[in-house]
Amino acid sequence: MLADTLGTKAVRPRSWKRIGSMREAGLIAIILALCVAMSFASPHFLTLGNFRAMLMSFSVEGVVVVGMTILLIVGGIDLSVGSVVCFAMVLSGSLFLAGLDPWSASLTGILASALIGCVMGFFVTVVGLNHFITSLAGMVIVRGLCLIITKGTPLSLFTLPPAFKAVGQGSFHGVPYVIIIFVAVVGIFDFLLRRATALRKVFYTGSNEKAALYSGIRTNHVKFWVTVLCSTLAGVAGVIYMSRFGAATPTFGVGMELNIIAAAVIGGASLNGGSGTILGAILGMALLSVVTSSLVLLNVSVYWQDMIKGCILLAAVSVDHFLNKRKPS
Amino acid sequence: MREPVLSIRNVTKHFGAVKALTNVNFALERGEVHALCGENGAGKSTLMNIIAGVLQPDEGEIVLDGKTVRIGSPAAAQSLGLGLVHQEIALCPDASVAENIFMASISRQRSLLMNYRKLEREAQAVMSRLAPIDVRRKVGELPISSQQLVEIAKALTLDCRVLIFDEPTAALTEAEARILFEIIRDLKANGISIVYISHRMAEIFELCDRVTVLRDGRYVSTDRVADLTPDDVVRRMVGREITQLYPPKQPAGERPQEVVFSVRGLGDNERFRDVDIDLTRGEILGIGGLIGSGRTEIAEGICGLRATTNGQILIHGKQQAIGTYADAVKAGLVYLSEDRKGSGLFLDLSIAKNISVLNLDALTGHLGLIDTVGEGDLARDFAQRLNIRMGSIGAPVSSLSGGNQQKVAIAKQLAIQPKVILMDEPTRGIDVGAKSEIHALLRELAQSGIGIIVISSELPELLGLCDRVIVIREGEVAGELGMDDMTEERVIRLASGVGNCQIGRTRLTSEHAA
Repeated sequence: MLADTLGTKAVRPRSWKRIGSMREAGLIAIILALCVAMSFASPHFLTLGNFRAMLMSFSVEGVVVVGMTILLIVGGIDLSVGSVVCFAMVLSGSLFLAGLDPWSASLTGILASALIGCVMGFFVTVVGLNHFITSLAGMVIVRGLCLIITKGTPLSLFTLPPAFKAVGQGSFHGVPYVIIIFVAVVGIFDFLLRRATALRKVFYTGSNEKAALYSGIRTNHVKFWVTVLCSTLAGVAGVIYMSRFGAATPTFGVGMELNIIAAAVIGGASLNGGSGTILGAILGMALLSVVTSSLVLLNVSVYWQDMIKGCILLAAVSVDHFLNKRKPS
Repeated sequence: MREPVLSIRNVTKHFGAVKALTNVNFALERGEVHALCGENGAGKSTLMNIIAGVLQPDEGEIVLDGKTVRIGSPAAAQSLGLGLVHQEIALCPDASVAENIFMASISRQRSLLMNYRKLEREAQAVMSRLAPIDVRRKVGELPISSQQLVEIAKALTLDCRVLIFDEPTAALTEAEARILFEIIRDLKANGISIVYISHRMAEIFELCDRVTVLRDGRYVSTDRVADLTPDDVVRRMVGREITQLYPPKQPAGERPQEVVFSVRGLGDNERFRDVDIDLTRGEILGIGGLIGSGRTEIAEGICGLRATTNGQILIHGKQQAIGTYADAVKAGLVYLSEDRKGSGLFLDLSIAKNISVLNLDALTGHLGLIDTVGEGDLARDFAQRLNIRMGSIGAPVSSLSGGNQQKVAIAKQLAIQPKVILMDEPTRGIDVGAKSEIHALLRELAQSGIGIIVISSELPELLGLCDRVIVIREGEVAGELGMDDMTEERVIRLASGVGNCQIGRTRLTSEHAA
């Protein structure tokens, strides 16, 4: 009732879109400022080679970030993505070593990843566990699967045919295929997230699940399929990694989920669901990547990197919290 | 009797522009059981929350034992010896009954470790007076009525001079209510003063010494119960001047007698049974009843938001298979939730996205993409028709005032061109101006042929707006009032089971009364 009397004053033409684009503009500004500073600090920073290396380093993870962002918008989270990336990699790799052609092996790896998503989605929607616990168990179980498949030793895949290796290592007119795939995935999902009816339901469910249910949206279906999507994209990333490295290690991707969740949250996704953009999450990832690259070029000990990234995450979330508190309730 | 232990003098309380209490006086004497009566919204709970330190009065004073006191917090109220048994259960479900009962003293104690044995022994002693509930069990495992008893036990352990019971029997069985009455009489015999809030006339007349009536946030009267009849109390609760203007009604004779919507024998084997409703074209049908009588549950049952076991839903004479809310929406039947923020709107999404949510299929093109231009047009169209005052359709709903939020919620329902709308508390918590705009809109919609059913706890709204009113009591249709025999008094009689209208299942009818 208090809000009613304040109502007329509280109507400020601050559009939702502007809040979103403000955040993205802010991230771009910070990234540019870092780049400018770094170009003075290190002669190696502002080189094509370094930028290409940075883009390559976050392109594949960027595919996973897309799935994670959509999952965060629905109000979920997936701690198992690092394990699933590794799982797709070692499963495809061992199928290839067993004699399957690499394309079929990769497709099987991606489908198996989707299946893991289905199982987790089942536990979230039918059994009624939350995403955090389900995916925490998933993370450990799938990592275990990787060790079982490989018997704990890395798979050497140097016999992969050149056509397959090209996905991860080749380029088209100088642009690596990895980056093309990344830009395509980001572009498609960014568009769909803004325009597709199916993905609009993700926002409704994440914003207020009860209201979504009261609007006839089958929120359990939405949560299930978003969970599957996130695991599937992690599977795609795993296969690209296999092509890029020509190897499959059962310990690959340990801790990757934290980097990915951090990127999405820095980019504006809320752990409470209902908000987040793909572009923001990718910018969050870019920021982390620039920071990592800077620290390397400045000869900062690798031991400092995690701590500094953690501080950036804390700062981003604090700013968010501060801005949210000022929003009219 | 003797001198008052607690007096409230000229207390006024505003919530924004709404005056919840205006110059209210109330005096509680030592060792009496004093009933407080009034309709929903008359100000009973506000007054009690002021006494319990939950709310602060804007004006007026509270005098305890002859001294003016300021009750700044619930803890302050407790240390003054004022205890409140809440209507809503406020317990920690994961803690044991014993821990809940002594929560206040646990939080005060200084020793490092808990003495569970002593705690349980003492808690059991209190609990056993009420019911044989094992205090080592977790509260969350207990049924609601037992939880209510734990809430009461908790209040009994506070060394109180004044105890307030806010509808304590709402969730209790008759046997449990009897035990509670015995305990209240015991407390009274020990010199403790009791304020007893209830809608149930039979309880008031059995248990209480005096009764104070509030109406529209004002003090009406205080009398000895022995000098009154239940009818007198009901009359005092309702006798109000109509302060709001409602759109003109349309006499039944001028409307086509075509039934647009029917409910037959609806029941869920739990909260409601045998519900029959017929809605004719152009009519606004009201559903009244006390809070907790099952009105909302019936509406949810009709719309597929709650499972039902029996009954049929017919729209324009055609039976509808409604298993989920999506089925209801498809059939043209929509429900406006009473809980606007909790289940009605997406507060942090834009106005446009809120208005389009039910209508997504119509706005979706071949490729599964949303026609965002059409979505914007839809939102702008409704914003104009419903006079929604806003920055832009892209602004989040949370930036709007309560009244405008409610208009967005209604626009969301209208966007699918429904045949029947069920509105649960359509004007709750919104200002007077927006309220009459919404009333006018509902009348306009009814005239355009949409069936409108309004559930309301506000009697003036029910009577002022609706052409016909059905009253629900304990999950059943207690009676129906047409335009000519519609009075607040009759609605209250039906809702609380007083007087000549079908006493039915009311808990304490006269033959039970001692």
